[in-house]
Amino acid sequence: MTALFDLLRELFSYVFIVRAMVVGILVALCAALLGVTLVLKRYSMIGDGLSHVGFGTLAVAMSLRLAPLEVSIPVVLLAAFFLLRISENSKIKGDAAIALISSSALAVGVVVISMTTGMNTDVCNYMFGSILAMSKSDVVLSTAVAVFVLILYVFSYHRIFAATFDESFARATGMKVSRYNMLIAFLTAMVIEVGKRIMGAMLISSLVIFPALTSMRVFSSFKGVVLCSAVLSVACFFVGLVLSFALSTPTGASVVLVNLAMFCLFAVAAKLGVKA
Amino acid sequence: MQKIMTMLSCRDVSLSYDGRTAVESVSFEVAPGDCLSIVGENGSGKSTLMKGLLGLLKLDSGQVDLYGSKRTEIGYLPQQTVVQKDFPASVREVVLSGCLNRRGLLPFYSRHDRARADENLERLGMADRARASYRDLSAGQQQRVLLARALCAAEKLLMLDEPVAGLDPVAASGLYALLEKLNRDGMTLVMISHDLQSALRYGNKILHLYKKPLFYGQTREYLETAVYRRMVGVAKPDENDKNGGDHVDGLV
Repeated sequence: MTALFDLLRELFSYVFIVRAMVVGILVALCAALLGVTLVLKRYSMIGDGLSHVGFGTLAVAMSLRLAPLEVSIPVVLLAAFFLLRISENSKIKGDAAIALISSSALAVGVVVISMTTGMNTDVCNYMFGSILAMSKSDVVLSTAVAVFVLILYVFSYHRIFAATFDESFARATGMKVSRYNMLIAFLTAMVIEVGKRIMGAMLISSLVIFPALTSMRVFSSFKGVVLCSAVLSVACFFVGLVLSFALSTPTGASVVLVNLAMFCLFAVAAKLGVKA
Repeated sequence: MQKIMTMLSCRDVSLSYDGRTAVESVSFEVAPGDCLSIVGENGSGKSTLMKGLLGLLKLDSGQVDLYGSKRTEIGYLPQQTVVQKDFPASVREVVLSGCLNRRGLLPFYSRHDRARADENLERLGMADRARASYRDLSAGQQQRVLLARALCAAEKLLMLDEPVAGLDPVAASGLYALLEKLNRDGMTLVMISHDLQSALRYGNKILHLYKKPLFYGQTREYLETAVYRRMVGVAKPDENDKNGGDHVDGLV
């Protein structure tokens, strides 16, 4: 027990880890909330598509010596708009189209990088995340995004439920459903952009998908799933970061593995008949 | 106040679906207390027409007018989607969402909304399952929950898209009995039905659609038409009573 306390005390004596913890927990919380809707609406791929587009833009921005975040946020927001349109349009096979866009964006990124800087540590950090990357301004930005997402989520909670459960009914009874879909896509884009630095472009979408899927094994009400996802996501991030520090493993990947472990645990619990 | 004689009127409405004309020049009127059954084969444009009435699809031409109720006061029972089948939601959460249309811009439900949701669950005999999970219910119970939600949204008019699709005969007749009672209590119904026998039994008006309206009028007049006889596969009108039922079953 004292060993754990010592570990935590040591952990929090590093400013960059405290920053990573703050940003990570806020991102994990928001991603989990949005993830419930995305997974239930079968939009899970949007998160993946957005992060890959974000990586492609980042690579281009770096090669042109532009500020990475300022360029990639507007591009990813635009991508969110188009990915959502593709998903909503049943004529095109939505999931296939998103997979196409996301691998193309990744390919553009990799080619541009190999032509300019080459595969250096910076690039690796963008792909798989780094807790060293957090600056003070990142903390401020992520806190602002998180507060914005949380307020909007709480105030539109019931409408998000209605739009997720049954779009036609919601629209028939006078709700502007496409507005809420757009809101969800934009908020997801923001959260992914901020979280990408720690988790990495390749791994950030797991933060959106895992907590929701895990909670759905056991919880059977929407509120239960939302609350459980939020708690689970934050807890998994915390444990993942501590483990990565203790075992010197990459943070993003460690967080994903903790999430995977929780998913297995919940799946087994569900098989054993645990229900809430 | 003047008594309203027409609740919903549809004048010369045309709609297209996936770029093709699905419904052409449909006109009808629904009076308070009516039960209008919309019948026709698969792909005859019934669901498309209903989406047009609800404002979910843009009309190519024509006009839909609502009298005495706002668009947000209509209840709708859509066909179930794949997403809903394994959706983690409690029965109460689903039913409450029917009250959203009266919230305006307010973000949370009031005590009145909660009472209304409980009342409608009670009305459909689902009060004891309020805390159950929607995905654990039988198809018939799920349909009752969706109907309770529609009732939360509806003041006077309910639109139902194949309410008994996928239900076993017992659940189906139970649901029809509920609808009949609602109709007797003054709820106006517009119902798409695959099941011609029930459409005739519960609807006082029939709209038979095959892209264009083949018949629109009172149910008893419909029984006299060639369209009806073709639908049930009876050649001569005098054999109507004898064979009608069997053939109708075959259609479902």
